[in-house]
Amino acid sequence: MTQNQIKVPEAPSIGAMLKTSIVGLQANNDQVNSFKVQVKNLNFYYGSFRALADISLGFPENQITAIIGPSGCGKSTLIRTLNRMSDLVPRARVEGQVLLDNENINTSDVDVVNIRRRVGMVFQRPNPFPKSIYDNVTYGPRLLGVRNKKVLDEIVEKSLRGAALWDEVKDKLHESGLALSGGQQQRLCIARMVAVEPEVVLMDEPCSALDPVATIKIEDLMRTLRNNYTIVIVTHNMQQAARVSDYTAMMMMRPDRAGEMIEFNQTRTIFTNPHDKCTEDYVTGRFG
Amino acid sequence: MPRNSFDISISELKVQLLDYGARVKQVIGEGMDALKTRDRALAEAIIQNDAHLNETRYQLEDQCYTLLATQSPMAGDLREILSMLLIAIELERIADHAKNLAEITIHMGDEPLLKPLIDLPRMVEVSQHMLGRALEAFAQNDALEAKAVAAMDDEMDNLYKQIFRELMTYIVEDPRTVTRAMNLLFAAHNVERIGDCITNIAERVVYARTGRLEELNVQREV
Repeated sequence: MTQNQIKVPEAPSIGAMLKTSIVGLQANNDQVNSFKVQVKNLNFYYGSFRALADISLGFPENQITAIIGPSGCGKSTLIRTLNRMSDLVPRARVEGQVLLDNENINTSDVDVVNIRRRVGMVFQRPNPFPKSIYDNVTYGPRLLGVRNKKVLDEIVEKSLRGAALWDEVKDKLHESGLALSGGQQQRLCIARMVAVEPEVVLMDEPCSALDPVATIKIEDLMRTLRNNYTIVIVTHNMQQAARVSDYTAMMMMRPDRAGEMIEFNQTRTIFTNPHDKCTEDYVTGRFG
Repeated sequence: MPRNSFDISISELKVQLLDYGARVKQVIGEGMDALKTRDRALAEAIIQNDAHLNETRYQLEDQCYTLLATQSPMAGDLREILSMLLIAIELERIADHAKNLAEITIHMGDEPLLKPLIDLPRMVEVSQHMLGRALEAFAQNDALEAKAVAAMDDEMDNLYKQIFRELMTYIVEDPRTVTRAMNLLFAAHNVERIGDCITNIAERVVYARTGRLEELNVQREV
């Protein structure tokens, strides 16, 4: 319960109210201004098995997009194509385009390391390096050639503050990252990612190994990070998608088991009035 | 795949709400009977019974809150539960308007009616018919039927205007009739408000079915 005092505002005139309601209507009709990442006619194969079928969608800039859908529908596969993590899977093949700032990243001349710096990722289980908190955060900047101690110190503080972890660890920066709690470790991983100043943040079930308190902290952090980054989150937790995201993409498995995107809309629409019957059945817990 | 216990809870709540609606529909007629036959004993009974109707509304409301808090309903389920919550509140308000007819009966004491009641019982008949159809539309999830019910409110409004004009004529001709005329006008006003509440119920049925929030019968100038 908030302790802030809430004041009763002065009633506006009818004229002012009419104006407000017109403005309100326009604001409700908000269109997506630009897509940071766009996927066009994407097909993905594990060997001969087609895991994604003709996926096309855009991820709006500085917004959180949740990808939901039943197990095995290709959510994680899709998110892994956005920074070419999928390259690491043997015999995997991708067709179609993934555009980052309108440039296709699925071409041979693209610097994959640079793509993965620009598009960071947080995984299901926190995976800090077996190093100190300080070294975890400075790992990326050091790889990129930053050597100056003062600059590294600044990066550590800024990144840990950005990941809402600074106050909890500022006095033990040289202790092992593995000594932190699960929720803290996950925020350390976020700090490690933030340290290399990515533009897009991918989160694959970032809270599934965390308790409710740690989960809420990560969710609050996501709302803050959204001001600077475009966030894509895969989650099985429908409440989390509803709480945290601005847009939601619903995926399904076709009869041939290939994943397809069946509905993309503002999150409030997906969870109050979805257009697709499958989405309705899934978000109301009737299948999946 | 059905969510068995959750689906059963929603169905049970729906049945209880329809049962509540049927009781409220009945009490509108009883309020009119009390006024028409000047039956003060019946009027007292209606007032007494209103406390039970209020109690039932709180029980229904509480069940809606419990489902919202424990089942995290989404999409169609969410809309249905929210609609049931608001319909329960509207039904209780209708019962209050019916109770007001009973209170007017008691307030009038032995004073004779200003005129035989013709349009007012007709309004009550229309309102009961509207409520019955609105509840049926809710039971069947029928948005088209709900819209048809809301359109019937025009008939209520026309009857109310007619009563208003007629009572004004009495007052203008003989200002000593003002108190008796005002009693009847107040009764007619309560029944007219019942029509508005039923329109609100119809709007909830449309929302539950379609997800669209729309005003069904925009008030015209009286």
